[in-house]
Amino acid sequence: MATLDQLKTGQLARIVDVRGDDSMAVRLMEMGLIEGEDVELLGRAPLGDPIEFSIRGYRLSLREREAQRISVTVLE
Amino acid sequence: MALPDSQLSRVRKVALLGNPNTGKSTLFNALTGMQVRVGNYPGVTVEKKVGRIPYQDQVIELIDLPGTYSLSPRTLDELVTVDVLLGRQPDVGIVDAVVCIVDASNLERNLYLVSQVLDLGLPTVVVLNMWDVARARQVSIDVEGLRQRLGIPVIVCEAHHRMGVDDVRRTIALSHTLAAAKPPKPFPPEFYNECQQLTADLVAIDPKTPPFFLVERLLLDVGGSVEEAVIREYGPQLADKLKAARERLQQANCRVPIVEAKARYGWVRQVLAGVATIPKGRVKTRSDKLDHVLTHRFSGLVIFVALMFLIFQALYTWSEPLMKLIESAQSMVSGYVTASMTAGPLRSLITDGVIAGVGGVLVFLPQIAILFLFIAILEDCGYMARVAFVMDKLMTRIGLSGKSFLPLMSSFACAVPGIMATRVIENRRDRMVTIIIAPLMSCSARVPVYVLMTTAFVPPLAYLNGMLKLQGLVLFGMTILGAVLAIPVAWILKKTAFPGETPPFVMELPTYKWPSARVVVSRVYERVRAFITRAGSLIFATSVLIWALGYFPSDHTRLHELEDQTEATTAQVEMLKANGKTSEAAELETRIEDYTAERNKLGGELIEASYLGQVGHAIEPAVRPLGWDWKIGVGVLASFPAREVIIATMGTIYSLGADVDEENEGLINTLREAKHSDGITPVFNVVTACSIMVFFALCAQCTSTLMVMRRETNSWKWPFITFVYMTVLAYVGALLTYQIGMLLLKH
Repeated sequence: MATLDQLKTGQLARIVDVRGDDSMAVRLMEMGLIEGEDVELLGRAPLGDPIEFSIRGYRLSLREREAQRISVTVLE
Repeated sequence: MALPDSQLSRVRKVALLGNPNTGKSTLFNALTGMQVRVGNYPGVTVEKKVGRIPYQDQVIELIDLPGTYSLSPRTLDELVTVDVLLGRQPDVGIVDAVVCIVDASNLERNLYLVSQVLDLGLPTVVVLNMWDVARARQVSIDVEGLRQRLGIPVIVCEAHHRMGVDDVRRTIALSHTLAAAKPPKPFPPEFYNECQQLTADLVAIDPKTPPFFLVERLLLDVGGSVEEAVIREYGPQLADKLKAARERLQQANCRVPIVEAKARYGWVRQVLAGVATIPKGRVKTRSDKLDHVLTHRFSGLVIFVALMFLIFQALYTWSEPLMKLIESAQSMVSGYVTASMTAGPLRSLITDGVIAGVGGVLVFLPQIAILFLFIAILEDCGYMARVAFVMDKLMTRIGLSGKSFLPLMSSFACAVPGIMATRVIENRRDRMVTIIIAPLMSCSARVPVYVLMTTAFVPPLAYLNGMLKLQGLVLFGMTILGAVLAIPVAWILKKTAFPGETPPFVMELPTYKWPSARVVVSRVYERVRAFITRAGSLIFATSVLIWALGYFPSDHTRLHELEDQTEATTAQVEMLKANGKTSEAAELETRIEDYTAERNKLGGELIEASYLGQVGHAIEPAVRPLGWDWKIGVGVLASFPAREVIIATMGTIYSLGADVDEENEGLINTLREAKHSDGITPVFNVVTACSIMVFFALCAQCTSTLMVMRRETNSWKWPFITFVYMTVLAYVGALLTYQIGMLLLKH
């Protein structure tokens, strides 16, 4: 199964799971990263990290470390 | 419904709450104008902002709460927010209603917070802001439908166009007629059963019923602040009950804490179904196209570097004429005082203590205003988040996040605005570490010290056909020394005082918009005012204190006599010149020169006899290993209010008068010829000069920085710790420089 950080720019994926139930996982879910939601990778910062995503119609940036927590299935 | 008089006469309090980047500050400004008080909540670093809304014959207090994505109290901001909303913040008292501002173009995530606010059971109003952005994103909302689903007033607004603001004001004014909001109950019934059970358990111990919101948080936040407080208050038997309740919930397929986000976002879906149509794919707006350029691997970096360069240049060079203006105004006022008073302790206090102290505060205003002008513009237009996005990777190398970049960069001009700028860092640990290392960045006040020492003592050698100059290299080395040492300091702070995991970087990149002039102006005004009122008095007081230590207990009678004589003779000379009697004037001028020479000599003796001079002598054994004599010691002590003061102090001590600068030939030559008490060994050589420069690169000789630190951390602890660690670092650095340097020089 792929994780969010492995997507390529412009790729769309659906969230399968957010691993863990620590405060970071809760924070990610509060921001709307929930099972069944669609995410698109919009690009990376000039130095390669963090990564920018589109979710629920807004733009969110996460570090690779956090994005690795989120398993997805690639849609396109 | 008629209200009792007591309730009408009390000033009603309304809290303004919302996600970050929803235009909350713009709405707050539009509602309250300039009638705003900014401070801190008692004992914490959370900013408290209260404004007044005049409406007909009543006044309503509007409390601007920190922007937050959730009411689950984890960070200090969220803890204070929840306390205020529950009426548990004694500084605020009972909150009568909540206004929740929502980004209409980003409804799903914003309504998550609304669902939590509704659980508070307070009269609530939802403001749908950024209506224009929502339209551009082709989001259409049936406002009446949404109002019915939520059961509370919903108002459409474009705060930065001032559209709908009057509606919001009217609704707030009438909020006392609103009924309490009905909690939406998004969780499965098992969850509410457990809530009931838990409430019963709590009431069995203490008969007063706890708020529903707190019981909910008690169940949901594993190891959270509510849990801690409840176990402390109600006893450890509650911990077991809580654990059992959570286990039962897990078996019923509502695992805590996962259940909350799922249940609330599920509720959001239901509320929006048929009421709002949100396009499936992303609708590309101008903002998205702009962002593609601004965060692009190449163009993004180029624009970023250019912008940062512009800010730094502005901070360094635009502020200079303004600072010069303040300085000349200062000398004009003190010249006026000098002319209208006879010499004496009072005049010295007014000119060298009071006026110099006020000037020492005002001189920071240009840099503060310029930096906050840029910060306010960048924040309001949405680029600030991109600054953090672009610089994050670099800053994580030293254990910080991209948000620390701008404050640290600004500290290279001056740590005072730099530390004030750390308010953009939400994470407390990152913010504290940034504040503590900011004064290590080489600021503009250190430059005069470097220039004086380098021109006087570093040989003008050049390498590679003159491409590389030794003096330039030394200056460069001094400039980066503090920043290089900041890396291990940050690392140690992260390991000791602020331990724990690196905080997550979950950051929204908001839609770009034109910055609002009102928001920008009011933020700059707020910062400048806060600096003057909260830090200014302390900076002023230190300045007067250091003046007193350098003045007393020596007898200044002769000095003041000489001052009076000089001034009287100068007036005579001018009169003679005006009458064309040049030869007589020239004769008198030589007398002035004699007076000045005696004054300068006396000035040096008086400072030696002052408390400052006495301490300087007393600490001589401590500074000897650094290659210094007592005079340098006094210079360092006198420069406690600000580093550049050392130059004027050296001028006084070496009997040249205080009005010397770093390029003064007389000062440079005197320093070159200065001898230790044996009369043979020169005090200064290239190694001593380096030892002084290293000391000034690393020391905390800047009251303003320490006082701003006190204000921003709301405690004396951190300025004290910073002063100690930097002084130790400076001492050890200077000691190593001198001892190793002398060894090298001998071989």
